[in-house]
Amino acid sequence: MLTIEELTTDYGPIRAVDHVSLEVPEGSVTAVLGANGAGKTSLLRTITGLVRPTSGRVAVEGEEITRWAVEEIVRFGIAHVPEGRGVIAELTVEENLRLGGLWRGREAMPLREVYELFPRLEERAGQPASRLSGGERQMLSIGRALVGRPRALLLDEPSLGLAPVLVAQIMSLVRRLADTLGLAVLLVEQNARSALSIANRGIVLNLGRVVAEQDPDKLIADAQLLHAYLGF
Amino acid sequence: MTKFIDLTLSGISSGAIYAAVALALVLIWRSTRIVNFAQGAMLMFTTFIASAVIDSGGSYVLGFAVALASGFVLGAIVERVVIRPVENAPPLNAVILTLGLYTLIVAIAGMIWGNTPRSFPAAFSLRGYTVGGTTFLFTPNDTFIVLVVIVVAAALAFLFRATSLGLRMRGAAFAPEVARLLGVRVGRMLTLGWALAALVGSLAGLLVAPSVFVGPNNFDPILIIGFVAAVLGGLDSPPGAVIGGLVLGLALSYVSGYEGSALVPLAALVILIIVLMIRPTGLFAATRERRV
Amino acid sequence: MTAARDVIRASTLLRSVVLVLVVGLVLLVLSDQMSAYRDLQLATGAYYFCVLAGLTVLAGSSGQISLGHGALMAVGAYTVGKLANAGWALVPELAAAAAVTLIIGIPVGLACSRLRGPYLAGATLAFAVGLPALADRFPTAFGGENGLTINPPTPPASLGVNFPLERWQAWIACIGALVVVFVFYNLGRSGVGRALRAVRDDEIAASLAGLRVGRWHTLAFTLSAAAAGLGGGLLAVVTGTVAPGAFPIQLSLTLLAGVVIGGLGSLMGAVWGAALLVLLPNWTNDLASSFSLSTNVAHNLPLAIYGLVLIGAMLAWPSGIQGGFRAIGRWAGPTIASSFGRGRGKTTTVVAGEPSTEAPAAASVAIPPAPEAGAKTPSES
Repeated sequence: MLTIEELTTDYGPIRAVDHVSLEVPEGSVTAVLGANGAGKTSLLRTITGLVRPTSGRVAVEGEEITRWAVEEIVRFGIAHVPEGRGVIAELTVEENLRLGGLWRGREAMPLREVYELFPRLEERAGQPASRLSGGERQMLSIGRALVGRPRALLLDEPSLGLAPVLVAQIMSLVRRLADTLGLAVLLVEQNARSALSIANRGIVLNLGRVVAEQDPDKLIADAQLLHAYLGF
Repeated sequence: MTKFIDLTLSGISSGAIYAAVALALVLIWRSTRIVNFAQGAMLMFTTFIASAVIDSGGSYVLGFAVALASGFVLGAIVERVVIRPVENAPPLNAVILTLGLYTLIVAIAGMIWGNTPRSFPAAFSLRGYTVGGTTFLFTPNDTFIVLVVIVVAAALAFLFRATSLGLRMRGAAFAPEVARLLGVRVGRMLTLGWALAALVGSLAGLLVAPSVFVGPNNFDPILIIGFVAAVLGGLDSPPGAVIGGLVLGLALSYVSGYEGSALVPLAALVILIIVLMIRPTGLFAATRERRV
Repeated sequence: MTAARDVIRASTLLRSVVLVLVVGLVLLVLSDQMSAYRDLQLATGAYYFCVLAGLTVLAGSSGQISLGHGALMAVGAYTVGKLANAGWALVPELAAAAAVTLIIGIPVGLACSRLRGPYLAGATLAFAVGLPALADRFPTAFGGENGLTINPPTPPASLGVNFPLERWQAWIACIGALVVVFVFYNLGRSGVGRALRAVRDDEIAASLAGLRVGRWHTLAFTLSAAAAGLGGGLLAVVTGTVAPGAFPIQLSLTLLAGVVIGGLGSLMGAVWGAALLVLLPNWTNDLASSFSLSTNVAHNLPLAIYGLVLIGAMLAWPSGIQGGFRAIGRWAGPTIASSFGRGRGKTTTVVAGEPSTEAPAAASVAIPPAPEAGAKTPSES
């Protein structure tokens, strides 16, 4: 559903994304792994239009969205949960959620449904988002992304700073979302094992380039590769 | 005693005007993190437009409406054309840019309408209320001023707290990048912020015009005092702007009454310095300074 | 000959002396050739240069902006006014003008040293409006609206009976300007200059390195105030009157335009700015008469152009004329022009941060000139 072709992004003389091509089908999870500085975040930021690519294409169901404005890409159905969660601290939990669905208008996911997925958020609905813990913020930013009923979901290191129990919960939630809502999920992670545990496909980036593209089981088994690029 | 009451009442009335200017500055600061030093010039310009409308036979209401509308449009155009390029530049660029805009607008006003100040009609009677046998310096026009500012402040509060548009504007102001990722057309929200701010500024200009007369530089003190009021209340806080305006209006009224009007700008400066030394984020700071 | 040149290159002090002597000689010859009117323009340019030099040092070396230098000029001018009428001689009264303004600059500089960006601009703006109003508040001391008048300085007898007054005034003003050049040039190359630049480029790093940022800001402000005071004193000597009407907000904004178009942070830029401030009103007057423009338009045209300059510079050309030259002539090697302008810097405002959006296409930096196509470090994971 989401097609990336030969995408290249430069920050001045630094090439952050180097001719990356990948496909993210509906109802699946594609994990993008790599060490710090490998280009994972830049890849996501280029897809959603926060950064302009030097060359290459991004397409959604055949429609090219490469140089669209960020807001238009989002309104086309690509949701991006950014690095650091991007929770708007000055707004309440409920305001954060509502904001995510305003562009959808009446077809947005009712908050009731979001609260079913994340009961903790309902408890804290009227509180400023600054008061949330790391795990709650992750739930909030994912819930906020879902309110707009996206077709694709881009997640940037959701496990960052979270306890293993929470990480497992979030990963299984992401898997469920892909299965039940048919989302095309692009999951960027440094925590390779947990990402690969729910992924249909695994891609390893190094210095902006794709160095491996495999079934997750084979990736986990390839100890040499894992050690070289992912550090374990 | 009458003098004190008079000064207090006139302080409330001028405080309302400072509050309006401060509100305009705060609106722009919240949406684009820029202090619009051209605000005074912009509201001067729209007041001149109203004056031109009234002079050529239009009613006060028509002039009023035209001023507000042109303020809205002017604010939108300025943001879109002139300010957008410096929104992500170092803050000094925006400061110099708005100062340049101020200089330009004042010069253009001088070119179109000349540098001689002209009078401007008040909306309501300028004769003070009489209670018992004493006539106070508070007039029906002053009542109008205070009421209008209260209504506008309340309307803005409602817009921001209770509407989807307001939510979008707040989201765009607090976290523009994240807001874009939520489908908010941030650019439009910023333009709208400036347009609304300029509208509020135009309002302040119309309210203060009868007492300062309309001339290219007659509104300069209003901008400076409005800025001090905004800083006093906290640049991030609309209610702070209103309260800051009132407090400053009262304080400066007393200074003017007991020490002479020439000292008013210096008094404002002293208050500004005190606030910036003691509590730089203002009395009602919503955000805290980042300390390293 | 090469030995002499090497010695001159090596010593900043010697270099500045040579520079001052050479420029002084040129100005001497020029002023001889020019008409009285041109001499007056030269004098005007010279005292503008003093203020602009101070302003540009403030902006370029410590990243601060001041809209209050018009008021500081007023301080220097009124000092000279009062002292001249009390019988003081020329040099002492000019020195006093610089000194008094320097002293007043200390508390102002202290207050401003803790302010950044728009807060600093707003505070200095309030200062610019508030201070001249004192003349109205104390009319007996300061002459009220009409101000003070000063007798023009008489040229010394040794120069001959027919020595034109304007040329003498031009000489006085130029000597003042050369003093400013000498002081700032040497400062720029010294440890003081380095410290100031460090503070400008990254306050946080500088303070971590042990520099007392506040003190350096205050020092920069005080020095620039002294230069402005000298400029104001020279203004009094050249124009013969000191009144509050000569120091409106427009003056401070005009000075800002002069500094911006010249290029923030460079002494040579201050020269360009001063030239512009002197010549522009003439050009616009000529323009107005040749196009038969109304007096309203003609009167406001210089201001309109200053406004456009400020706007245009920030949109298109943040580094001003001097920055443009520097960009073109980078191969020419270090020039005397840039005593303060080197390095990459920005003013930092420390306020609750907004997340930065994508790397902007033109990474425009207000201070100092010469924006480089820098690679912004991306947030990587």
